[in-house]
Amino acid sequence: MAVVALKPGYEEAVDIRDRHENFHGNQVVYLHWEEHLSFCSAIAFPLPPEMPFGALIEELIPTYYGMHPDYQSVNWEQVEWKIDGKPSTPDMSKSLAENGVGHKSLICFHTPGLNGYRGSCS
Amino acid sequence: MTPPRKKKMNLKQRYALMTRGLDWETSYQKMDDVFPYDTFEGIKITDWSKWEDPFRLTMDAYWKYQGEKERKLYAVLDSFAQNNGQLGISDARYVNAIKLFLTGVTPLEYQAHRHFAHLGRHIRGAGPRVAAQMQSLDELRHAQTQIHTISHYNKYFDGFAEFPHMHDRVWYLSVPKSFFDDACTAGPFEFFTAISFAFEYVLTNLLFVPFMSGAAYNGDLATVTFGFSAQSDEARHMTLGIEVIKFMLEQHPDNLPIVQKWVDKWFWRGHKMLGLVAMMMDYMLPKRIMSWKEAWEIYFTEAGGALFEDLSRYGLRVPKYADIATEEAEHISHQNWAIFYQYTQAAGFHTWLPTDEEMAWLSEKYPNTFDKYYRPRFEMWREMEAKGERFYNNALPQLCQTCQIPMGYTEPGDPTKIGFRSTEYKGERYHFCSDGCKDIFENEPEKFAQAWLPVHQIFQGNCGGADLGDVLKWYHMDNGTDNLDYSGSPDQQQWDAWQAARKKVAG
Repeated sequence: MAVVALKPGYEEAVDIRDRHENFHGNQVVYLHWEEHLSFCSAIAFPLPPEMPFGALIEELIPTYYGMHPDYQSVNWEQVEWKIDGKPSTPDMSKSLAENGVGHKSLICFHTPGLNGYRGSCS
Repeated sequence: MTPPRKKKMNLKQRYALMTRGLDWETSYQKMDDVFPYDTFEGIKITDWSKWEDPFRLTMDAYWKYQGEKERKLYAVLDSFAQNNGQLGISDARYVNAIKLFLTGVTPLEYQAHRHFAHLGRHIRGAGPRVAAQMQSLDELRHAQTQIHTISHYNKYFDGFAEFPHMHDRVWYLSVPKSFFDDACTAGPFEFFTAISFAFEYVLTNLLFVPFMSGAAYNGDLATVTFGFSAQSDEARHMTLGIEVIKFMLEQHPDNLPIVQKWVDKWFWRGHKMLGLVAMMMDYMLPKRIMSWKEAWEIYFTEAGGALFEDLSRYGLRVPKYADIATEEAEHISHQNWAIFYQYTQAAGFHTWLPTDEEMAWLSEKYPNTFDKYYRPRFEMWREMEAKGERFYNNALPQLCQTCQIPMGYTEPGDPTKIGFRSTEYKGERYHFCSDGCKDIFENEPEKFAQAWLPVHQIFQGNCGGADLGDVLKWYHMDNGTDNLDYSGSPDQQQWDAWQAARKKVAG
């Protein structure tokens, strides 16, 4: 729809603050553990697009989700992944970019059978 | 010979001379050049003289009333200070609600002062121009009296000292700041709709009643008195809000869709921002007044329902997603407090877990949701605390592009799933917490694509550094003093020492 603005040319002058090139070579990636809402929202990271997808499981997830009582019981073979809302079977050895993760992509993982503290999705 | 005494004018004549009488049609310059702001939004005004002044107050009467109120307020503040009023509050945890008010609300009063001054210059009609000028003075007075009232607490508690600095930088304060920035960068009619109508008319009771009754229940006489002093001003602001809406709708039928879109937008933005008040009512007041859900029912569902029924004769309908907001009244306070609990390391006030008694109150007030979804969360955290493993979220949250709140709100109808919404604009992805926030973006993507999102700004290196300590320094937050849990804080230690000393004196 048409821009409602006092000044002509407003739209062309817009500075989009979160363009990929403003993140020093990284891209913003959001990570969310479904049915574990004690983590209040998805969490954000600036990550190099060439980082292997497997580093999520080896480094980020243990560091940032490891304190949850369900974490030790996760069977990573059974985890269901979604990238930007679409079910996905990521190749752990390939990069984020090669797995289709872009700037401001959302990666959700679901751990069947594990649905939070006393099954409360917390 | 003495000249014949002039007949004294009555109030109505004086008012007419002091408002409409000061106005004129320009002849050397075009009116459109003198008033460049009041047409670009598409609102059509055919006859400014049809504007009904919602209150008829002359400037001299204004000074007189406000002067009297000031004298009373400052007398109470003096007495509060002399009697060490800070010792009479229910519990030192209460003070954290006031920290949230000073950092989150007071700077908005100042912003309102500035923007009503702008409207007081730039609205073509003399009636609304004078009303905006008076409101501008009110808002400045509110900012000042709030700062003066709360400065007493600044002498005894942490977290107050850097409030204007914090308002401009701290992640959760970007929520109220961006709300007002959005309004101030809109045209004058949208600002009126946003602030005078949606906020001050429809939603204001949900801000002021909880804070002022909360203050009364918790022994904070200073804040109560400030509230009373502001109340008669707020009544004027509300009548301005309703008059603006009626005037726009009566002037031209083309105005209705524009006004409706603004009402939808600002209702939703206001609802999200007031989630901070919801959390304050349900979790931060040591003595509760009523639950957020009860307040929502009284002040929005009932009062707002009657209002929109009245406005339906102009074709205006209840704001879009009002039903979703009402459903969220069951969840928003719990979800927000959980956000602050896990990010307490970056909060400018203290947090805590609800006690058994407080959880029983929450169960009673939220029979549909608390025990099922939120009690287990708090109990899990309590167990972790007991083991010395207090739960912190050590990563930064995904934020909503529109309201800038961490995306912690759940799907309507399913409190076990986060509601994710996204869209693309010029090849970039944007994320939202709700359909309401997504709609707002899609109506003006070129505006909201510019959002200064605190998390992304930290990643870009614009907030003092990459680790928490650097960012807190940049926020002017004193790590270990202003932030973290109430338990073990310097505030708590001092409060406990005062109470022990009082007991000793009482023998």
